[in-house]
Amino acid sequence: MSMYNSNRGGIIQIIIGVIFFFIIAQLISLQIFSSKYVLAANNNAIFRKIIYPDRGIIYDRKKRALLENTISYDLVVIPNEAKGVDTATLCAILKIDKAAYTKRMVEVIVKNSRVKIGVFEPFLSAELYAQLTENLYRFPGFSLSERSIRSYPYNTAAHVLGYVAEVDVNFLQKHGEEGYEMGDYAGMTGLEKQYESILMGQRGVKRYLRDNKGKIQGAFEKGQFDTLAIAGRNLYTSMDVEVQQLAEKLLQHKIGSVVALNPKTGSVIAMASSPGYNPNLLTGNQRRKTIGRLLTDTARPIYNRAIKGQYPPGSTFKPLGALIALDEGLITPSFGYNCFGLYTSCGDPRKCEHHNAGHAANLQLALANSCNSYFLQVFRMAIDNPKYHNAKLGYLKWKEYMNSFGLGRKLGIDLPSENRANIPDTAQYNKDFGGAKYWNSCYMLTLGIGQDRMTSTPLQLANAMAFIANKGYYYTPHFIDSVEEEDDRDKELLVNFRTKQEVTKIPTEYFDIIKEGMHGVTVFGTAAFIKVPGHEFCAKTGTAQNPHGKNHSLFVCFAPKDNPTIAVAVVVENAGFGATWAGPIAGLVMEKYLNDTLTKESKTKVDYLSNVDLMPAAIKQWYVQNNKTEMLTPIEYNNDELADIWDMEMVSEVAPIKPKVDTLKKMDTLTKPIPPAAPVPKTKSSKENALNPKLKKKKVNSKLTNVSI
Amino acid sequence: MSASSNNNNFSKGTDLAVIVLYLIMVAIGIMCVFMVEYNPNLDWSNSFLTAKTNYSKQIYFAIFCAFVAIFILLIDSKLFTALANISYVLGILLMLATFVLGKNINGSKSWIPIAGGFNLQPAELCKIFTALILAKFISKPETDFTKLKSHIIAGFMIALPAVLSIMQHEMGLALVYSAFIFAMYREGLPPVILVILLSFAILVIATLLLEPSTLAIIITAIAGLVIANMIKRFKRNKNNIIMVIAIWAMCFGTVRFAVPYIFNNVFECYQSTRIYSMIGKEYDCSLNKKSASSTTLKKSKKPDDYNVKQSKIAIGSGGFWGRGFLKGTQTRGKYVPEQHTDFIFTSLGEAFGFVGTFTFLALYLFFLFRLIRIAERQRSTFSRVYAYSVVGIFFFHIAVNICMTIGLFPVVGIPLPLISYGGSSLLTFTTLLFILLRLDADRQMVLR
Repeated sequence: MSMYNSNRGGIIQIIIGVIFFFIIAQLISLQIFSSKYVLAANNNAIFRKIIYPDRGIIYDRKKRALLENTISYDLVVIPNEAKGVDTATLCAILKIDKAAYTKRMVEVIVKNSRVKIGVFEPFLSAELYAQLTENLYRFPGFSLSERSIRSYPYNTAAHVLGYVAEVDVNFLQKHGEEGYEMGDYAGMTGLEKQYESILMGQRGVKRYLRDNKGKIQGAFEKGQFDTLAIAGRNLYTSMDVEVQQLAEKLLQHKIGSVVALNPKTGSVIAMASSPGYNPNLLTGNQRRKTIGRLLTDTARPIYNRAIKGQYPPGSTFKPLGALIALDEGLITPSFGYNCFGLYTSCGDPRKCEHHNAGHAANLQLALANSCNSYFLQVFRMAIDNPKYHNAKLGYLKWKEYMNSFGLGRKLGIDLPSENRANIPDTAQYNKDFGGAKYWNSCYMLTLGIGQDRMTSTPLQLANAMAFIANKGYYYTPHFIDSVEEEDDRDKELLVNFRTKQEVTKIPTEYFDIIKEGMHGVTVFGTAAFIKVPGHEFCAKTGTAQNPHGKNHSLFVCFAPKDNPTIAVAVVVENAGFGATWAGPIAGLVMEKYLNDTLTKESKTKVDYLSNVDLMPAAIKQWYVQNNKTEMLTPIEYNNDELADIWDMEMVSEVAPIKPKVDTLKKMDTLTKPIPPAAPVPKTKSSKENALNPKLKKKKVNSKLTNVSI
Repeated sequence: MSASSNNNNFSKGTDLAVIVLYLIMVAIGIMCVFMVEYNPNLDWSNSFLTAKTNYSKQIYFAIFCAFVAIFILLIDSKLFTALANISYVLGILLMLATFVLGKNINGSKSWIPIAGGFNLQPAELCKIFTALILAKFISKPETDFTKLKSHIIAGFMIALPAVLSIMQHEMGLALVYSAFIFAMYREGLPPVILVILLSFAILVIATLLLEPSTLAIIITAIAGLVIANMIKRFKRNKNNIIMVIAIWAMCFGTVRFAVPYIFNNVFECYQSTRIYSMIGKEYDCSLNKKSASSTTLKKSKKPDDYNVKQSKIAIGSGGFWGRGFLKGTQTRGKYVPEQHTDFIFTSLGEAFGFVGTFTFLALYLFFLFRLIRIAERQRSTFSRVYAYSVVGIFFFHIAVNICMTIGLFPVVGIPLPLISYGGSSLLTFTTLLFILLRLDADRQMVLR
């Protein structure tokens, strides 16, 4: 009977065939048409470890390293493996309590999960490192991991070099495609930021096979997909460490800035801004302690005044004013002005420092004696130049000159956030005076002596000197002359710094005249008492009035006179005459650079100048009121004493004095471009506050000081 | 030809193609277990024969099975018919004994510990005994397998070990007993029963996929359409309309009561969860009566589709050509749980890709078709029924196991025949297969 069913064998075969068909169809879909499974598998099993290369090093002109890399150790932990830890001993070594231990552990887990390595205590001191290595066997799951951090052997040039810090969420958003990850370090300011791509090198990736518990099983495919880390390339500058240190030292107890350029190349020799800070205080575990303090300091020590400070150039502007007039054919070198100590042509009389007849009998004399009346007249002639029919067009021409001299615009130095300062636009005057028709040269008369709304940065002033020194051209000021193993991309980056900027067509003989005038300044003029042993130099003093306080002391110069290799601009805020404070500083900087050493006499001068305290009273008052240690100045060039600086009480002989209203006002306006507690590091400073109630108090107080004025 | 001459030359009449395929499969199995266990940091050549690793154990199992196979080929084929009844009874007794002596392995109490650290799973052996007794029963001259009574008796013989397996929490093993449907169908089970079972399966899946009310409307609508279409015929014969209404009522009952009852009362919580997760739904374990009393609630906390997800990743990441021998990252990283046993197919899929899995399946398909050919050439009903039982058991294991690893079937723990690691399983399949080969070798002489 069963034989009747023999066809059923075929049916069973068909059923089996159909099921196999479905299986194969699903396999085709899984293995051939779905790429997501390969991705999922790689996410599962391949662990990418990033190998950080050493960052590039920055050298000065004598190949001394301005910054270096040193090894620091972090205490790291894999939370999952931290079982049976002798917490009492660990807490004792780290000087934390049990609650802090638990809290940090939770932080590590939140940040990196239980199975990955997370940092428990970063930047161990040598002492801690030794203690921990000895006892490490008591702390399963904990290990010490190496990390390369910056150090600054010369404790100098903090503003220029900038600092390296851990990237935050904002940074990652901005640099999304550059492969940064949480926990990476990147240059945040200064050259570190500007040349990040060169300094950071190329990170290597090692691929490991990891199992279902996150444990590493070994190299993936014997490392054939790994990429090697390529060390960051070094950068070479024309800076001179000793000149830089000298400049910083001379600015101690003062607010101001020094910029020294090599006019032949545009390379920066030194750039100092005061108050400053020791760059070593922003590396490693020092950073946590320091950064909040730096950001809340009312004197704003992290603000680079050399490229951001805006000062009226005052009389230092006069050589440029003369140059315009010569080029426009408005005056000749023998042009003179009969000044009796007042300029009255525009009604309201303007004072001149000199009364004696003939002090402005010709251009050279006028420059040497810095006659205000002479240059006010020259400025008016330029604006009311009959060639341009009206004051507005005349002004526009004048402004064009200014811009080509590098004033009122960004020069393009290789530092982030350079300020363009200000050469006012006609629109501003049109607005103020109710239209182009309603103003003439008398309305902005003091532009002629570098006042009014004209401002410039110390860098711009130094560059203008380089321009005069070179007789009509300059190189864009820059730090980096060359990059190690320079490639085409680097060349492109540096091409601007190697191109002569010949922006005007002023004949060289006019420059000779100006140079003669500026030489006169140093021979018989306002700076006659400043000498650079062995060298003739050209200079111009400046004493810029500012509505908020004592005059700023300015000095610009270049040397040697006939073959200039250094151009310097110095600004000392609220210090008085340019020749008194800024002048000697500039002189010493030139001497150090040109002679490579200082005479005995000059050394005593350095000691004297560096100890003169020209801090505005209001700032001193702030320190006293907030019970602050004056940690930012002086910078001692000695590592051992670093710690002491921080703990040092401010030695102030000044009893708490009532601040002058106008001084404080000045501070107020100065703070306008960047508010005192910059909003950027808010989170960090708030953390600091949480840690230290004193800091919080100080912040509130600083607000009060500002409000009470 | 006499029985004695056959004994002297046992290879005569034995199907060599099947033996070769068997050896290939066992070799593939050992290779797969080796791939799962491989660790580049250890010297594997040493550990190959030390019986400390799974692959070396599997080699010993294979050698042992070879002796068993030779032994089976040497014994008289009449013995199998003679021992069919008593072995079945013995098997059932052993299964009952597990309730007393049972050792808990992976949550199922179906193992009896025997000497040397080895464990015996009577439910596995019962497959063979059930195949034998089924063959014996159907081949009896007084049995008329077109009758319902015979169907019920056969069904009872199959259901008994299946129910015992369920009681031992071995859902997979219990399901395997449905594989005997092939043999029964071949011997005269009306196709209607297959259709009914298929419809039931479709209905269950539909119940899971659709809202109960939507499904009720659809069923009612179909019934209404049938009645409207065949209205003239119904006038002639009132029975037909009753029939349609009865079917409608049964469907409705299945949807409304039977399916929820099965999921909430028969299945364990994790089983219901697995089935629900197959279709991308979540099962609420609080409805489950069994889990309410047992302590398996904790188990369900882990995402239950983890196994399938990892299994699909491993197979899918193999791509067309595969990652290469010993280069599978998922296998090396042990991402797939139970990879050496139930999920052994994933190591093959990852290492050799679609090319490998396709070749493997083709090999197995050829193997099954070969067995069907052997079945059809038998002159005795006993041998044929037994052969179809073997085909059914092999096919069911392969289909369910592979479908489970590629996400076409809920996860039930049944091994891939001859490939998965495990002595019990290898021994069962070897015995099953070689009894068939022994019967086949004697196909010309005996008419049972």
